[in-house]
Amino acid sequence: MRGSAVPSAGRPPAPGPRDLRLIVRDEPLSLAEHTACYGPLPSGPPDLLIAEVERSGLTGRGGGAFPAGRKMRAVAGARGPARTGRVVIANGSESEPASSKDGVLLSRAPHLVLDGIALCASAVGADRAYLCVGHAAGTSDRALARAVAERAGAGLDSVPVEIHPTAGGYLAGQESALISALNGNAPVPTFVPPRPAERGAHRRPTLVLNVETLAHIALIARFGSEWFAAAGTPGTPGSALVTVTGAVQRPGVREIPLGTPLGELLHRCGLIKPAQAVLTGGYFGTWLPLPAALTVPVSHEGMRAAGASLGPGVLAVLPAAACGLAETARVASFLAAQNAGQCGPCRNGLPALAEALNWIAFGQAGPDIIGWVEQLAGLVAGRGACHLPDGAAGLVRSALTVFAADVQAHLSAGPCARASGPPVLPVPARWTQ
Amino acid sequence: MSQHPDRGSSRQPPLRRPQLRVNPIACDAHGLCIELLPELITADPWGYPIITPGPVPLRLQPLARRAVAACPTLALMLTSPPR
Repeated sequence: MRGSAVPSAGRPPAPGPRDLRLIVRDEPLSLAEHTACYGPLPSGPPDLLIAEVERSGLTGRGGGAFPAGRKMRAVAGARGPARTGRVVIANGSESEPASSKDGVLLSRAPHLVLDGIALCASAVGADRAYLCVGHAAGTSDRALARAVAERAGAGLDSVPVEIHPTAGGYLAGQESALISALNGNAPVPTFVPPRPAERGAHRRPTLVLNVETLAHIALIARFGSEWFAAAGTPGTPGSALVTVTGAVQRPGVREIPLGTPLGELLHRCGLIKPAQAVLTGGYFGTWLPLPAALTVPVSHEGMRAAGASLGPGVLAVLPAAACGLAETARVASFLAAQNAGQCGPCRNGLPALAEALNWIAFGQAGPDIIGWVEQLAGLVAGRGACHLPDGAAGLVRSALTVFAADVQAHLSAGPCARASGPPVLPVPARWTQ
Repeated sequence: MSQHPDRGSSRQPPLRRPQLRVNPIACDAHGLCIELLPELITADPWGYPIITPGPVPLRLQPLARRAVAACPTLALMLTSPPR
């Protein structure tokens, strides 16, 4: 965590040089401290904010990386009476087991997120707003409720924010699953269309943004799009919160300018060498081999060029003593167990895919099994209502590539000794049957 | 996935041609679409339809409409791409 001090009361910081400032200290900022640090909640014509967010190039920080301004414009311009009756959902569910950035943000800078909600509500014309919070996050609903009450006391938010605990499960934080839950249905993904911007919570046009995205919007509204884009790369402007876990001495959440080389970030976290690989983008993500990947820029275009994705900013380092196949097999089993049982290809294919990978990792499998795994990955990808099957297929495929030597060793001599070591990647037991 | 055999061969511009899409939540693998339109829809190992991506060629559109109408769970649809 960055430890820059809170500027003295009453004097907001000058907009630039570009400082990283989503999280300024490890304790929660009260509303007074927040206002002293960032300045008061700005107000202005709704169109101006949307245009400013569009100009900033801010993309969603929940994993999808969709342009935030375009999302706002779609909701503001949705069919129906102009600028009224919309819904804003702040997604702090953080259902990604290895991620903790949303929880850290909510617990340290709740008012930045709540500012973002207030700004977006006024920009798109919402009269209802929800803050969806997961159980895994290091946040307490009570602390957030206190922050909401503080603002109500100050008459800050024209739209009251309801705190909504996200249901357990990997898919519950997915945008359409959140909407389904808010509509009183099961917390599972739904078929799109209709898109949330057309018909979402309470059948109204709904803006769903990750809590970090909203916090960035709160800063863009104050300091402008140029200030925002002074950090990052032209392709991926701004900064982002990342969660670094695994073989590092100082794991945790950091705010980095996008485009920071992976090696620089891991070095700062105390990379424990020799490490084998890094899982980027969470459990929908991709394994990249180390040390080769150390030069990869942590940006959307940098990750894409390396065949990976940044996702919600999870970077999990696999130590030399672990088995990448065993790790991936455990995650594949977890993902298979998390499937909502709604779509045939996923319901059938994910357990089969996980089973095949478990045979490679922990059992005695013949060489034919690789072809079967590849076939299954191809059969499930792109065939669900949500991206769970695509994510699982991509993860497994990257494991077969990055750990190809291990695959050969397992197939010829059985599981390696490392496969029986302790797991590195967390798999929440409470979500599995 | 293979290309359509006659993509681009008709007067209807390819971008205007409708596409087949299945709602995987609604689909229960009854398999009627696979019977009616094997040119574009095949079965996966569990009997669920795999749809050849891309616009439906003009000569297959009547069959595609029949397959859509025959789906007992209304899971199969012909969508016109946005203009």
